[in-house]
Amino acid sequence: MATSDLALGQEQGAFEASTHITNDFSINVATVNGSGSQSANSVLQKSIFGMGVPVSGKNLFPSNIAGQPTWFVIRASKDGYVARKRESEILVALNPETARSDVEALPTAGVAIYEDNLKLDQIREDVFFYPVPFDKITAAICPEPKLRKLVKNMIYVGVVAQLLAIDLGVVESGLRAQFAKKQKVFDLNFGAVKAGFDYAQANFTKRDRFFIERMNKTAGKIIIDGNAACGMGAVFAGVTVVAWYPITPSTSVVEATTDLLKKLRVTPEGKATFAVVQAEDELAAIGMVLGAGWAGARSMTSTSGPGMSLMAEFCGLGYYAEIPGVIVIVQRTGPSTGMPTRTQQADLLPAAFLSHGDTKHVILLPGSVKECFELTQAAFDLAERMQTPVFVLTDLDLGMNNWMSEPFDYPSKPLDRGKVLTAEDLNRLGGFARYRDVDGDAIGWRTLPGTRHPKAAYFTRGSGHNDAAAYTEKPEEYQALMDRLAQKFENARKLVPAPVAVKDGTSKIGFLAYGSTDCALLESLDQIKQRYGQEADYMRIRAYPFSKAIHDFVAAHERIYVVEQNRDAQLASLLKLDLPAGQLIKLRSILHYNGLPVDAESITEQFGAAEFPIPEFAAKESI
Amino acid sequence: MATATPIPKVNHVGLPIIDYRGGKSTLCAGCGHNAISERIIDALWEMGVEPERVMKMSGIGCSSKSPAYFLSRSHSFNGVHGRMPAISTGAILANHTMTTIGVSGDGDTASIGMGQFVHLMRRNLPMIYIIENNGVYGLTKGQFSATADLGSKLKTGVVNDLPAIDTCALAIQLGATFVARSFSGDKKQLLSMLKAAIAHKGTVLLDVISPCVTFNDHEGSTKSYKFMQENDEPINEIGFVASFDEIEVDYDSGEIYEVEMHDGSNLRLRKLLEDYDPTNKANAVRTIMEAQEKDEILTGVFYINTEHPTFIDLLNVVDEPLATLPESITRPPKSAFDALMTSLK
Repeated sequence: MATSDLALGQEQGAFEASTHITNDFSINVATVNGSGSQSANSVLQKSIFGMGVPVSGKNLFPSNIAGQPTWFVIRASKDGYVARKRESEILVALNPETARSDVEALPTAGVAIYEDNLKLDQIREDVFFYPVPFDKITAAICPEPKLRKLVKNMIYVGVVAQLLAIDLGVVESGLRAQFAKKQKVFDLNFGAVKAGFDYAQANFTKRDRFFIERMNKTAGKIIIDGNAACGMGAVFAGVTVVAWYPITPSTSVVEATTDLLKKLRVTPEGKATFAVVQAEDELAAIGMVLGAGWAGARSMTSTSGPGMSLMAEFCGLGYYAEIPGVIVIVQRTGPSTGMPTRTQQADLLPAAFLSHGDTKHVILLPGSVKECFELTQAAFDLAERMQTPVFVLTDLDLGMNNWMSEPFDYPSKPLDRGKVLTAEDLNRLGGFARYRDVDGDAIGWRTLPGTRHPKAAYFTRGSGHNDAAAYTEKPEEYQALMDRLAQKFENARKLVPAPVAVKDGTSKIGFLAYGSTDCALLESLDQIKQRYGQEADYMRIRAYPFSKAIHDFVAAHERIYVVEQNRDAQLASLLKLDLPAGQLIKLRSILHYNGLPVDAESITEQFGAAEFPIPEFAAKESI
Repeated sequence: MATATPIPKVNHVGLPIIDYRGGKSTLCAGCGHNAISERIIDALWEMGVEPERVMKMSGIGCSSKSPAYFLSRSHSFNGVHGRMPAISTGAILANHTMTTIGVSGDGDTASIGMGQFVHLMRRNLPMIYIIENNGVYGLTKGQFSATADLGSKLKTGVVNDLPAIDTCALAIQLGATFVARSFSGDKKQLLSMLKAAIAHKGTVLLDVISPCVTFNDHEGSTKSYKFMQENDEPINEIGFVASFDEIEVDYDSGEIYEVEMHDGSNLRLRKLLEDYDPTNKANAVRTIMEAQEKDEILTGVFYINTEHPTFIDLLNVVDEPLATLPESITRPPKSAFDALMTSLK
């Protein structure tokens, strides 16, 4: 059989010989959803990770059970960039429906590995083609027809490993970890990898430029998705009541939480030290969380935009009646149902003021999987300390994709269960007023139902109440309580996680961003430096209300670019409500809101257009 | 000469009934809800439940205000409209050692709260759910609710042309394990019912017809005092013998349906309706539906099941309240954490 069906023009000869591209490219695996490609994708990602090469994986999938196009993009980056890249150089074309457009999207001198019966090599001449008879190979190694669909995916892993020079031993150990206790499954899968590897070795001559070479940049690191990290955070924060309603992309937060609880939180007698309830809807889920928080449990729910909208009424109650609870929001593309499997950061403003009336909520904004773990834990402490619902706002990109990370740290501080009076305290004090600010921190003391003291009880209500928790319609009592709530929120600036001064230099230009935008912005800042010779500072926001450090950062710069993934500049808007009037003119927005995770190039281009608006200059620079 | 202060009568946990009282009612004089509050006080006092071991839950509406009028020494949560079931579920998950009494209304339950109501019934969550059912919205001045009977008339002459939702029939079908209907004016029946409800382990639904003296007590109403006095058809006479009471009553076992409650109490239902078996779901629902067709308001215990596991049983949670488990139990140790980290490498 012929070697690769290479049909390149003359100019390809030059790069073929001269430049290897090592550890710096993306692989796009195009499949049909429901075809079981996820574990193959994950094995390939972990194999590159196992080679010591920084890697990220992004699943661009449809809102569908089976049969629609799915792309999994694996990016290897020697420089450690983990954001989405616009282009993928290598395509694994397993979906006949999109194969044509997928090939057309490849850059010149890209690579297409494909089902040989798709005849993709006729589409372009400037791409390296490697046709693989997947069905034939599958049939030979897997006599069981039902398993063939799954096995077929593993074959591509073997082909890619061979072509990119990934050590087969690394793939093997990755697979072994994945199927730890299932020898038969391992055998079948590794057999498929091996068959793909062998086929490529026997039939292809390497002509493209892409290689994975061993590095040591992933030693000690872990791979995890943000939702699993949030789940871990909840479990190590001692969550006891979880109520939820399934919704993409937050479902796996509770699934991960539940798995861990079942493993780690069952007594030797087989009893659970937790309760997880799949509620009838998000209204009930948040109601259960607040009921549990009121009665003293560490409670949590998780949802995305549509669920958050339904939780609005209860969140107002939680704010006004001062009840702790943790709400993890994994943002997806809105408005309305929007694009449920695509990412966005468009729920910040609605979360900040969720519910009618003067309502403000504390929001924590993790920027990495490690922070998903840490800030979810912090949310439980803050919720009980401040006696209010606390949001953890992540997004689909952070939540559902696999990210490499430094290992997490075991919590170093004991749980902060907040201000709760016991029967002994009440004996000493003789009584208490639930909403009275006795400590000057704008936070009252509470008691839990079941406290055996005649003065322990109080009446919780969402209607007007005074500091003794009694019903009121008196103007001064109502207003005094609202003012204390405002003060409590003001005080939270110092209690929430401080922003991170990622780049804190002397530039006149500063960037502000939060969440999953971080990885693209970090890469963009390098591009901006290379392309425009422009240094810029960057502060990553980790919570609302905003810390003073954010005000200081804005004050210290001439121009502030707020980078975020929504149409309406929600973070910038929230900042404008907070900053002194004189500072507002400094803010500019860089926005990305097409449903795909933001890429560095999009930020760099918008920055360039804003800072260097002369068309000739911009055009010249971007060549 | 000074007269000796009479020693107040105390219950078997040593508390006088005054310790079970609440604030002064702000509901209309003669409102059925006030009578229900009185019976709740009597029942908890007679059963010797410590007020500090009770959680009072409610939604929004006239009925939902009433927890302020009994048991001031109990924690209370007056939530948002129609959402009492969810808040109660959370609170009970956090602390299932409490006695939980929820008070809702017909609007709070059968309209805005229907979604949560049916799911609470389905879970057999251990609590007493009382519907103070008057067929109208009081606080918004007299609109029909979804439990108003077909053909019943508002003061303004408006006739209800939609069928009533029967919350008892629903609750039985959905999985509540103690389902009964009473009338706020029937002190004896309601008190016995409440005492049995306190002894029951699982969801108790008590639908109590509680006339609204302001908006629904006129000629043409089917939730008025007069209508109830004329049309109330008890299916059984309820006798309740608490576990701490001496049993000495003679009775003809052929006329009595006896149920042993979870706490060792005895519920004795004297059959008024021929051969009525309160453990037969299908028959209970049929009986309710047939009575509806005859415009009869049946009261009594429609259904009881003392065997069915509660939601807490199903979740298999520890005996102690989850709310107060110490950190040593709720935060897994470093060894478990380290193992997790290793598995992610």
